[in-house]
Amino acid sequence: MTVQHAAAPTGLAATERVELLRTMILIRAFEEAILRDYHADKKPAWDIGAGLIPGEMHLSAGQEPVAAGICAHLTAEDAVTATHRPHHLAIAHGMDLNRLAAEIYGRETGLGRGRGGHMHLFDPDTHFSCSGIIAEGYPPALGQAFAFQRRGTDRIAVAVTGEGAANQGAFHESLNLAALWKLPVVFVVEDNDWAISVPRASSTSVPSNADRAAGYGIPGARVEGNDVEAIHAAAGDAVARARAGEGPSLLEVHTLRLWGHFEGDAQGYRPELAEVPERDPIPAYEQALTAEGVLTAGRADQFRAEAGQRVGAALEFAKSSPTPSPEEALRYVFTEGAPR
Amino acid sequence: MSITAENPAAAGAPAPSSVPVEPEAGTRRLNTAKALQEAIASQMEANPEVFVMGEDVGVYGGIFSSTTGLLDKFGPQRVIDTPISETAFIGLGIGAAVEGMRPIVELMFVDFFGVCMDQIYNHMAKIHFESGGNVKVPMVLMTATGGGYSDGAQHSQSLWGTFAHLPGMKVVVPSTPYDAKGLMTAAILSDDPVVYMFHKGVMGLPWMAKNKRSIGAVPEQDYVVPIGKAKVAREGTDVSIVTLSLSVHHSLDVAEKLAGEGISVEVLDLRSVVPLDREAIAATAAKTGRVIVVDEDYQSFGLSGEIAATLAENPSSRGAAFSRVCVPDVPIPYARDLEYAVLPTPARIEAAVRAAVAG
Repeated sequence: MTVQHAAAPTGLAATERVELLRTMILIRAFEEAILRDYHADKKPAWDIGAGLIPGEMHLSAGQEPVAAGICAHLTAEDAVTATHRPHHLAIAHGMDLNRLAAEIYGRETGLGRGRGGHMHLFDPDTHFSCSGIIAEGYPPALGQAFAFQRRGTDRIAVAVTGEGAANQGAFHESLNLAALWKLPVVFVVEDNDWAISVPRASSTSVPSNADRAAGYGIPGARVEGNDVEAIHAAAGDAVARARAGEGPSLLEVHTLRLWGHFEGDAQGYRPELAEVPERDPIPAYEQALTAEGVLTAGRADQFRAEAGQRVGAALEFAKSSPTPSPEEALRYVFTEGAPR
Repeated sequence: MSITAENPAAAGAPAPSSVPVEPEAGTRRLNTAKALQEAIASQMEANPEVFVMGEDVGVYGGIFSSTTGLLDKFGPQRVIDTPISETAFIGLGIGAAVEGMRPIVELMFVDFFGVCMDQIYNHMAKIHFESGGNVKVPMVLMTATGGGYSDGAQHSQSLWGTFAHLPGMKVVVPSTPYDAKGLMTAAILSDDPVVYMFHKGVMGLPWMAKNKRSIGAVPEQDYVVPIGKAKVAREGTDVSIVTLSLSVHHSLDVAEKLAGEGISVEVLDLRSVVPLDREAIAATAAKTGRVIVVDEDYQSFGLSGEIAATLAENPSSRGAAFSRVCVPDVPIPYARDLEYAVLPTPARIEAAVRAAVAG
């Protein structure tokens, strides 16, 4: 049942193609701004817990095509569950940039009032969630899909993991259960080649995780090339199937981790590191759309300016928001908001 | 996702304030399993968002009869047998709860938590906090605990201390049919994740040795036993036994026996481990001056140590004599003689009471 999507399909309107680029530019602008603040205040002595943005930071640069291509099919009524590397999916799914930024900066105005941090984003408005634990975001996504199915809606859940997570039990239990109950889920594997420092060839018994779909009797597809239009097309099939009540699909996308696993990762394990910047999907797509005459001169710069403004405003909102009061550290364990 | 301000899914359920809290027990007698089933059935009738899910909860009716009869009443759309995939189906419950449904998910034996603990403590327990209170997880995780029938080290543990140690879940442990119904009703109505731990030995099952207290009076109407409130199961003046679950029955048996010798034992049934009714613990300690904790969970780093700390931290109970009857830090053995050597049996409890009043 595995299908290879090698070439970019046609059928997308020019406006849709330009919109995909625009989404990717916004995501990149956001992460570049986070990157600057993250590192700037950790100099001269690098301390992971210090600065405006404390803690680990997993940026998704290079993986924007996955988010843009898939989320273009979704509305805020659909659920998206991401991994510890969640920003691209959060933004493409329409999360409020201010509240996202504020959570990353650990502010009271953040999605989780500073309790979650960048790996633990929960947004009731866009049914977005993520998990810092490999593959363990899949099972709750089943439950969201279950609720959508039970209520007779055509809403769906999209559950995303990395290729390293596809060797976890939660991944396999979830595929089996969703297939068995025909839950409206699109399972997505972002294969960026590296489970931190371990390459896919050292972790995974099959060449493509899409092959594993056959073990659960569901369609599996692998998209090569980190091509946003190919991803859009493959995701379209899976989303349509889920919305029609025909059950889950598994979509693996061969994508690119442009930067380290986390900020501060020197990536000494990565032999192809020197060539990585050349594989950046955003300039490539911009050039392709320009060459085809779809993107008029100056449009991309306009998108960058517009993204810069939106991101600047979001970061300003975050940085000018209050930090949570230490007296309130015990709140929100239970719904009363009172300490135990 | 359900948000904190409003939860339309809960609208069908009776508001706790409209429910008579702790009515008279009446005369109708049920075993604990039936009382539990009745609470679930009543809440399922009241609210279509309540459903039950787990291994063998359907036709079989739950390995320990927690769901007997529910399939006939509500059908397979609401009483759902799952594959043996605890991670997947417990996680499914979490996601459904996040979207405003009210799942009751059974983990057949608490001993199986190892195969699905990430979903329980990293997801079910933490999402509300991580979301800054914006997302609720109104879910009940129901599970069987306890030993006493030679089921060995992987099917006989109590482990409530393990769950209580990890913040974000309420942990309730009924001992009587009355409390089993009222606490399950409270758990289903709660907007927090609740771990509902029933001891196999209190269920009143026909295929296990039964304590007479596993069958008792249960009102037909709905009622709530508040989560976090202990109950003085027997008043006394010489020594306090602070305990829960099957050990409550044993302690009451011992107290009845020793009353004939003029030893007056107070028995405090904790009913909830999280929140823990620390005031009630301190009050009974202040009253008798002697506390024995009887706990079928492991002795070290668990509930009994937490109660000792509670006594030490509260000025009114500080200085109370303290001892404990717990499972020593050893896996539960299989052979009957070995198993009963480590369980908190009536004989061990009696010896502890005699030692306490002699000291």
